[in-house]
Amino acid sequence: MEWMRQLLSGNEAVAWAAKDAGVRLGVGYPGTPSTEILETFGALDGPAQWAPNEKVALEVALGVAYANARALVTTKHVGLNVAADPLFTAAYTGAPGGLVIVVADDPGMASSQNEQDSRRYAVAAGLPMLEPADSQQAYAMTREALELAERWSLPVLLRLTTRVSHSKSVVQRAAVVSAPAPGFTRDIAGRVMIPGNARPAHRRLREKLDQVAAWVETPGCGTRLWNAPHAAVEAGADGDQAMAKTPDVRRPLGIVADSVAVLHAREAAPQADVLQVRMVHPLPIETIRRFAASVERCVVVEEGDPVMVEACRAAGIAVEGKAERYRFGELNVGRVRRILAGEDRPESRPPAGKPPQLCTGCPHRIVFNLLRDLDCIVSGDIGCYTLGALPPFDAMDTCVCMGASIGVGLGLRHALPPAEARRVVSVIGDSTFVHSGLTGLVEMVYNPPPSGHVVVILDNQTTAMTGLQEHPGTGRNLRHEPAPQLIIEEVCRSVGVPQVVVIDPIRERERLPATLKQALAEGGLWVLVVRRTCLLEKTRQQKAEGSA
Amino acid sequence: MKSYNIAIAGLGGQGIIKASDILADAAFRADYDVKKAEVHGMSQRGGSVNTDVRFGAEVLSPMVPDGEVDVLVLVDASQEPVNRHRLRPGGVPLHPELLAQLELPDPKTLNVALLGLLSARLPLPVAAWHDAIRQALPAKVHDMNVDAFDRGRHCGLEGAERASG
Ligand SMILES: Cc1ncc(C[n+]2csc(CCOP(=O)(O)OP(=O)(O)O)c2C)c(N)n1
Repeated sequence: MEWMRQLLSGNEAVAWAAKDAGVRLGVGYPGTPSTEILETFGALDGPAQWAPNEKVALEVALGVAYANARALVTTKHVGLNVAADPLFTAAYTGAPGGLVIVVADDPGMASSQNEQDSRRYAVAAGLPMLEPADSQQAYAMTREALELAERWSLPVLLRLTTRVSHSKSVVQRAAVVSAPAPGFTRDIAGRVMIPGNARPAHRRLREKLDQVAAWVETPGCGTRLWNAPHAAVEAGADGDQAMAKTPDVRRPLGIVADSVAVLHAREAAPQADVLQVRMVHPLPIETIRRFAASVERCVVVEEGDPVMVEACRAAGIAVEGKAERYRFGELNVGRVRRILAGEDRPESRPPAGKPPQLCTGCPHRIVFNLLRDLDCIVSGDIGCYTLGALPPFDAMDTCVCMGASIGVGLGLRHALPPAEARRVVSVIGDSTFVHSGLTGLVEMVYNPPPSGHVVVILDNQTTAMTGLQEHPGTGRNLRHEPAPQLIIEEVCRSVGVPQVVVIDPIRERERLPATLKQALAEGGLWVLVVRRTCLLEKTRQQKAEGSA
Repeated sequence: MKSYNIAIAGLGGQGIIKASDILADAAFRADYDVKKAEVHGMSQRGGSVNTDVRFGAEVLSPMVPDGEVDVLVLVDASQEPVNRHRLRPGGVPLHPELLAQLELPDPKTLNVALLGLLSARLPLPVAAWHDAIRQALPAKVHDMNVDAFDRGRHCGLEGAERASG
């Protein structure tokens, strides 16, 4: 049964791998396209939990790995920004248990505010990064990442993209292993990163990376060669060796690719040899050098930033890259064909589909109608409610990153002339507030603008945008079981906000506009907690009760 | 072995992803290599939803290239203009109106009935489809959906007969 072939998404494959490899704790914060990894791990009875944000998730996982147990962190690309502080120094300390950080990028921004390329983080932090192309590879590389992390006592990044995370393909699992027993070994010099300890730790990191850099050049480790069907050498590990031996007959076209671009490239150019880069950092540069020498023309096909092409050129390897226009958006077979043909004329735009909307009856609607009618300047945030920026509301003026609504709103209040400053409102969702709004609120109390400020917390009692995940404010854990609840209004009061009002936007239809008007007119510091359960969440709860 | 490229398009809430899961699973049960691609995200909020399912001896990219879709299944007719360019020359759009005369037990089964219509054009055994439907949906709606599938399939087979006869 366990060995059966299964049709799995990349995210599900990572979860199965974590389960089969004895991961002691999976921890993360939801974010498309990474969310289903922990949901699946939890459904497989793996120990999985949502943290309030990605920084806390990584810190918890680091503790697990310090305790000599395997740990998995999941995050979307921008979550790695939030977790960047522990990430860079965890690279110095290492962790014996095996810590893998799965980061899911979103080239093309199907559901994100930017399309930053996480491969740069591997270079910047000095951490190994593996990149699967499909679900089978996602399964295998998750397990490999855990083993490598343990072997070098070094966190390993596993980079997925939207297409790897959310595409389904066939997966064959491997033998289940049981993890070693956790236990604490004191290592003050190795883990207390005061300068005197951190200086040698940085050198140790670079020494480990030298070892990894040697490992990636081993055939089948850092790369995998996919030969054209008519080629003399077979695909796989042996191919790499064959490539090293037979540079005398130069084949016409070679492609260096990573992640899902490997599959696009193999389909777009069936006659080409494709060198899949499995580990993008440290880059298997000598293998790439030999590969480039074995072909007449070598093209690097990569989504996003020109990370590999720049590294190749810096190493003096003559490769072609892609035109600047292909940095934007995701690649597909058609675009890879164009890259290979050197085509740089404008691409035809696919017709736009129907954009998403706030659900009919969504409680957020009431708030945005009001903000529009009161002509507020709205410092917004990220969640379903960002749709308040679109017609018929047009009632959001800024949206940058999670939690930014409060700080940006305060900045606007500080700088704008009084008449305009008094129109500024910060709007933030409940999950986002717990993720990164709390410190903004502390700032509001500590450095209040002269005109005061108004924060509206849209508390729909769930993380709706990413598919109804729980958070500390819902009073339920990842599995939707009861958990201690963070009471948002009590937190607001205890950090020192003088006026905290909880309003049901439907039952107390009149009170919401009256209170907001009062808050804007009077000045002072206000938090309005607009609380009404999301309709989809209600349905989810009813279904759960029905099946219980 | 021939490869098949199917695209399913509609709006959030119409069971597009469910339909593609069933199709992919049916092909998987019939021992094909299968890949399925979709864009999640804000899809639950009523916007356009597209999924691609490819099966054959070996499937590489999970997404069907533009101009290579064999059959475009439209669960919502409004999605035809934005997806037409994806069909290959000779590729077939399957409109929801094709099932207009069918009295479906529940309008929610339209996605599965369209799979029935699609099934008449694909080399997948009926048992694989039925099993995939049961796998994907809760027990209490099995009969209703298998019935919707069978009606759609019947419609498709009749259409094929008329076309060839
Ligand atoms: C750092 C970071 N992590 C995760 C995400 C993905 N994400 C965007 S908004 C959001 C939370 C939305 O929940 P909430 O604030 O409660 O608003 P709702 O969607 O329920 O209205 C998440 C998880 C992100 N954009 N940035």
